[in-house]
Amino acid sequence: MIVAAAKPWEEIMASLHGMHKVLVVGCGGCVAVCLAGGEKEAGIMASTLRMQRKLQGEPVETEEITLTRQCDPEYVRELGKKLEGVDGILSLACGVGVQVIAEHYPNIWVAPALNTKFAGATLEHGSWEERCGLCGDCVLGQTGGICPIIRCAKSLLNGPCGGSQDGKCEVKPNECAWNLIYERMGRLGRLNQLLEVAEAKDWSQGRDGGPRRVVREDVKLDD
Amino acid sequence: MTEPSSKLQSLLDSGQFVVTCEIGPPKNASGTGITQHAAQLKAYAAAMNLTDNQTAIVRLSSIAAGVHVLAGGGEPIIQMTCRDRNRIALQSDLLGAYSLGLRNLLCLSGDHQAFGNHPAAKNVFDLDSIQLIKTVKDMRDSKVFHCGEKIKQDEPQFYIGAVANPFADPFEYRVHRLEKKIRAGAQFIQTQCIFDMQRFETFMDLARKRGLPERTHILAGVMPIKSAKVAKYMQKNVSGMLVPQAVIERLEQAEDQAQEGVKICIEQIRHLKTIPGIHGVHIMAVAWEEIVPSIVTGAGLMPRL
Amino acid sequence: MSNRDFAPKIVAFCCYYCAYSAADLAGSLRLQYPPTVRLIEQPCSGKIDIRLLLQAFEAGADGVYVAGCLEGDCHFLQGNIRAKKRVNAAKKILDKIGVGGERLEMFNLSGSMGPRFAAIATEMTERILRLGPSPLSTADKGEEGKAE
Ligand code: SF4
Ligand code: SF4
Repeated sequence: MIVAAAKPWEEIMASLHGMHKVLVVGCGGCVAVCLAGGEKEAGIMASTLRMQRKLQGEPVETEEITLTRQCDPEYVRELGKKLEGVDGILSLACGVGVQVIAEHYPNIWVAPALNTKFAGATLEHGSWEERCGLCGDCVLGQTGGICPIIRCAKSLLNGPCGGSQDGKCEVKPNECAWNLIYERMGRLGRLNQLLEVAEAKDWSQGRDGGPRRVVREDVKLDD
Repeated sequence: MTEPSSKLQSLLDSGQFVVTCEIGPPKNASGTGITQHAAQLKAYAAAMNLTDNQTAIVRLSSIAAGVHVLAGGGEPIIQMTCRDRNRIALQSDLLGAYSLGLRNLLCLSGDHQAFGNHPAAKNVFDLDSIQLIKTVKDMRDSKVFHCGEKIKQDEPQFYIGAVANPFADPFEYRVHRLEKKIRAGAQFIQTQCIFDMQRFETFMDLARKRGLPERTHILAGVMPIKSAKVAKYMQKNVSGMLVPQAVIERLEQAEDQAQEGVKICIEQIRHLKTIPGIHGVHIMAVAWEEIVPSIVTGAGLMPRL
Repeated sequence: MSNRDFAPKIVAFCCYYCAYSAADLAGSLRLQYPPTVRLIEQPCSGKIDIRLLLQAFEAGADGVYVAGCLEGDCHFLQGNIRAKKRVNAAKKILDKIGVGGERLEMFNLSGSMGPRFAAIATEMTERILRLGPSPLSTADKGEEGKAE
């Protein structure tokens, strides 16, 4: 899932400066699962906003709604009926959701309430860690299912570097991804695969020349 | 290939026990100190490493520093890390360095920027050290850029080095990784500073079993430690460096800790000379370059040719 | 409003298994405790969430507390521990916006601690009397004043 976390409160307040009515939009997708932007968090944020503004002598009215997913136009269209008199939208989605709202409502200000952190997994309730750097050309098949691109601090393809010690990365307190790879490949009897020099990566499949796109003609509804 | 234009290569290929040392470029725009160090050390060291923004702290560039070493009459080894440059900048700097008369190159991944004075920097790591080695070799032997395009003339012909750290983990894999570097094109290897001699000997055993000393020149890294305090700091804070408690204790008990540090270093070199497959030593006297002559002399490595 | 005629509004979210029974016991023992405290029965202190706590303040409470079982005695094992974490998080929010985290507290007691229940109610009332009315209610007054 996409993991996100609340922005500093002062930054959120500043982004809504001067607004009298704010639509607070939660998202029921990833950010609800990582407890950053679901219905409950939207409620807390709206309540906090109202109280703070009241204390500042600049009361604000809020509307709250939590969409199934903010990254899908189908759901974002639901906002239309909520926008009466609204000066701005506070989105608790990841950066994708914020942008889909901006694309659909060109004439209304939208501010992010979260910092979008990474694509990651739940380690335990309340703790998440990055697992994929969305590089566009997955190498997990060469590395035993452990991502060196994002879990190695240097994105090495021929690790581990000389900073790996006792299973830890030289950048503490992280685990050394290459130590994990080495151990797993060893367990699976595939250490010889690591003896091959891995070629330089084609980074153009990743963040590069503007937004990447996936198009599937076979699942398009009409043209 | 054409005649080796690297003096370091001629010495190593001739089978001599070679001494290299290290000069840390300054955190300013003056090359005077480097030139002076080079002039002072050239009689004692066959070549001198110029670090590339070591520990991710901004310093005068290694290539420029190499030119200052040439001015002092020394033989430079340019360190090049993958942290700060993508494949375009790396290759461009290789061309530039060679055009300035630099002949020896040491390829490293580079310390992570989190350690340095610009932790907010974005790192690059487009290539890793092994891919960089291969790139330099392909430029030289196949006369191609990384993308495969031909270098029509005047390809850079670097003598290619790499590092090995026998003290990092996983231990058994360290020898394999060294082999990967050799296979990629590393002609000489400088190791991380050795304090744990036992572990290093085990490492060399494994390396010899795989026939690695015949395929490359291994220079053993040593470092004179100025005080017990420095030793403790390194033991605690430097990843991939093992400083045994015995070394710390010996320094602590010494009357003159710096002198004791030099003594330990000399003993180590004398011992390293007896290990089969070691072709030289690399003395890393960081910010203590002036001590190198006494170490080289003390270790009985003078006079040099 | 002077502090003398300030009658604080205090909301107590009480776990059914402990604080709520303790309140009953206090009643049957005829123990005196301030009438300022309004009890809201909860199936477990772990039922409360940050939103609920903030809403109580928004709705006009001058003080709020959550009363759950003694640590280790939660009927649902961890409810009171989780409640404590949420109370702490809500305190931070209240501090941040200027309402004051001191107005919110977590207490632990058992169903047989009638006198302790009364003591908590008194302690919280005294704390709120000392702090005065919630800045949110005075902000209200200010607005009404402007409107008049
Ligand atoms: S290799 Fe690329 S796609 Fe695969 S997990 Fe890592 S970053 Fe993600
Ligand atoms: S220690 Fe391991 S994870 Fe850290 S940079 Fe080196 S190889 Fe990557």
